[in-house]
Amino acid sequence: MEDVNENEPKRLLCRFKSESGEVAGDMMDLPLDCNLHQLTLICNAILQQKDQIPYLFYVNDTEITHTLEKALKTLTLNTENVVDIIYQQQAVFRVRPVTRCTSSMPGHAEAVISVSFSPDGKHLASGSGDTTVRFWDVDTQTPYHTCKGHKNWVLCISWSPDNQKLASACKDGRVMIWDPESGKQRGKTMVGHKQWITSLSWEPYHQNTECRLLASSSKDGDVRIWDTVVCNCILTISGHLKSVTVVKWGGSGLIYSASQDRTVKVWRAKDGVLCRTLEGHAHWVNTLALNTDYVLKIGAFDPVADSNTSTDKKKPQDFALKRYRDVIAATGERLVSGSDDFTLYLWDPEKDKKPITRLTGHQQLVNDVKFSPDGRILASASFDKSVKLWEAKSGKFICTLRGHVQAVYMVAFSADSRLMVSGSADSTLKVWNLKTKKLEFDLPGHGDEVYAVDWSTDGLRVASGGKDKVLKLWQN
Amino acid sequence: MPQNEYVERHRKLYGRRLDYEERKRKKEAREPHKRAQVARSLRGIKAKIFNKERRNEKIQMKKKIKAHEEKKTKKTTEKVAEGAIPTYLLDRDVQSRAKVLSNMIKQKRKEKAGKWDVPIPKVRAQADAEVLKVVKSGKSKRKAWKRMVTKVTFVGEGFTRKPPKFERFIRPMALRFKKAHVTHPELKATFYLPIIGVKKNPSSPMFTSLGVITKGTVIEINISELGLVTQAGKVVWGKYAQVTNNPENDGCINAVLLV
Repeated sequence: MEDVNENEPKRLLCRFKSESGEVAGDMMDLPLDCNLHQLTLICNAILQQKDQIPYLFYVNDTEITHTLEKALKTLTLNTENVVDIIYQQQAVFRVRPVTRCTSSMPGHAEAVISVSFSPDGKHLASGSGDTTVRFWDVDTQTPYHTCKGHKNWVLCISWSPDNQKLASACKDGRVMIWDPESGKQRGKTMVGHKQWITSLSWEPYHQNTECRLLASSSKDGDVRIWDTVVCNCILTISGHLKSVTVVKWGGSGLIYSASQDRTVKVWRAKDGVLCRTLEGHAHWVNTLALNTDYVLKIGAFDPVADSNTSTDKKKPQDFALKRYRDVIAATGERLVSGSDDFTLYLWDPEKDKKPITRLTGHQQLVNDVKFSPDGRILASASFDKSVKLWEAKSGKFICTLRGHVQAVYMVAFSADSRLMVSGSADSTLKVWNLKTKKLEFDLPGHGDEVYAVDWSTDGLRVASGGKDKVLKLWQN
Repeated sequence: MPQNEYVERHRKLYGRRLDYEERKRKKEAREPHKRAQVARSLRGIKAKIFNKERRNEKIQMKKKIKAHEEKKTKKTTEKVAEGAIPTYLLDRDVQSRAKVLSNMIKQKRKEKAGKWDVPIPKVRAQADAEVLKVVKSGKSKRKAWKRMVTKVTFVGEGFTRKPPKFERFIRPMALRFKKAHVTHPELKATFYLPIIGVKKNPSSPMFTSLGVITKGTVIEINISELGLVTQAGKVVWGKYAQVTNNPENDGCINAVLLV
C-alpha cells in the first residue's frame, strides 16, 4: 500500500458530551493528535462561551492529558464508532496553594475547637474551650471581637449564608447568635437542648434570604429548629434513639440527620415529618456531606464576579438558586455518610432509602467526609492516617493520600476544587493536589493536634486551630 | 373524751367562721408583741430558759433563710472543665497525651552542651571492682584478665560474642535487659518500652560502651508506641530516660523520661 497515510494523521469521529450525558454540538472529524488546548478551544466554541473556560476531557473514563491518541492508545480502537468525549468544566479561577504560616494568633485560653470563614471570606470566627467565640480580622490578622456568653466549651460555630450572623453552640446545649460587625449577641440565648450540641445548620439562602431558621442536633437525640429572630424553638424533631452526630439542611426542603443509632434520617423541614430512614451502617454514623454543601454554605457569594452584596435580595437569591440547580443538575442531591464501621455509604436521599453504593477501604473509623465544591470528588478523612478520594457520582475509589502519621481529623477543599487541605492529630496540615493526587505542601507549625481547618471561599487563606490554643493563618 | 373528730366534721360541713382568716392573721401579727411582753416580764431562771430557747429558734430560722437563698441563686461560678475537645472526639475515650515534646532545636543545643537537667543529678560512682568480678582462667587458673559484669546490662540486637576463650568481658545472659518501665513525668503514666541503647553511664565511659545500666544511667528508649509527634509532624522515635532504681537489686529497670 502507499505510505501516504503514514504522514497524514488518523481521524476519528467524535462528539462532546456533558457529564449528565447531554450531547453538545454535532459529530465531528477530529485528528488523533488533537491536543488538550485544541480540544478546549473547540469545546468553548461549541458551547458558545464568551470567555475561555478550562475543561477536563475524558474518553471512556480516562482523562486526556496530552493528545486524544494517547488517551485512546490502550483501547482497541474501532474507527467506525463515534467516540464520546466527556467534558467537565473547571473553575475559571485558580486557587494558589497555601505555603506558609503568615500569622499565629494567640488569644484563646483553651484548645480551639472550631474555625470557620464567613461565606464571603471577609470574616473569620473561632470557638474554643475557653467558652469564648472570637472574631478575627483576616486582613490585618489581628483579633477583632471577643464574645463572652457561653458557660461551657463552644463546640460548634456556623455562619449564616448571608454573612450577617454567626451561630455558636456550647456543651451546655445553648445556642447564641452573634453579630460579626459589633461582636454583640443578637437576641436571647436559645435554651432547650438537654445535652451538648453536636452540629448547626442554617436554612438555605435560596429558600429564605433572611436566614432566619437554624437547625441544631444534640447528644440528647433531638434535632431542634430555632427561629433566630424571636429566639425560640419552633420545632423539636425527635426520633433518633441515640446522640445525633450531624444535621444538614438540604437545598430541597429536607433535613438530614445522622446518629449514633446507626441510621440516617430524612425529615421534611417544614413540619418535621420523617420522610425516610436510611439504614445500612453497622456502627455510629459520624459524618454527613451533601454535594450541595458548598453552595449552600456560601449562599450568594460569588468568588469571580461581584459578590452580590446589594440590598436588593432578589438577585442574589436567584443567583444562589441557579448555582444550586447547576450542582444538582447531573445527579440530584447526593448524600454521603461516614461511619465507625470504617465504611461510607452514598445515598440518593430524595428518592430512595437504599444506598447507591458502599465505599469500603478505610481501616479505621471515618471522621470527616466532604464533597469538592464542584461536587465531583469525595474526600474522606479517617483515623487510619489516610485520606481517600472517591468519585462522587459513582462512588468509585480514586486513590489514597498517605502522609500523615496520625489520625486525620478534618479536610477542606479550595474553592476551585483543585486543592485540598487536611488537618491531623500529628500537628501538621497537608495540602494535596487533586490533579496529580500528590502531596503539594507539608505545613508544620502547630504545637499539637489540629482540630479544625477551613479554607476561605475566596481561596486566599487557610485557617486552622487546635489543641495548642493558637489560631494559625496560612497563605500563599 | 370525744370519740370522733367532731370539730373537723363540723368544719367540713359548715366551714370555718367567716372572719377566720382575718382573725388568724391578726393573731399572728400580734404574736411578736406578745412574745416581747413575755420576754420583758420574765425574771430569773425562767428568763434564762426563755432566752436560750429563743436564741436557738433564731439560729434555726437564719439557717433556713440562708438555705433558701442558696437554692434560689443558681451556681453561676461553675468551673469549666479543662482539656476541650471537638465534638467528634467527645464520645470517644481519648487518652490524654502529653504536649508535644519541646522542639528539636532546643534539645539538640542542650545535647551539644552535654548538660542534661536530669531527675537524679547526683549519682553514686560505681567502682570498677564493684561492677566487674575477676574471673580466673587458664589451665591452673593463674590468669586473671577476664571480667564478669555483675550489674544489669543492655546488649544490642546485633551483638555477636567473641570466641569464649578471648572474651574479656562476660555479660551474663541473666542480667541482660531489653525493656524498661518508663514514666512520663507530665502524663504521670508508665509504659513498658524497649531500650535502644545506653547513652551514658556517668561512672565511666567504659561502662557506657559495655552497656552497663546502674542507677542514674541515661538510656535511650523507643517511644514510638506513645505516638508523640515533633513540630514537623514526624513521629518521635527515640527519647532519653534516666534510670531511677538499682536494677541489679530489683530485677527490673525503672526510668523517667527526660522531657
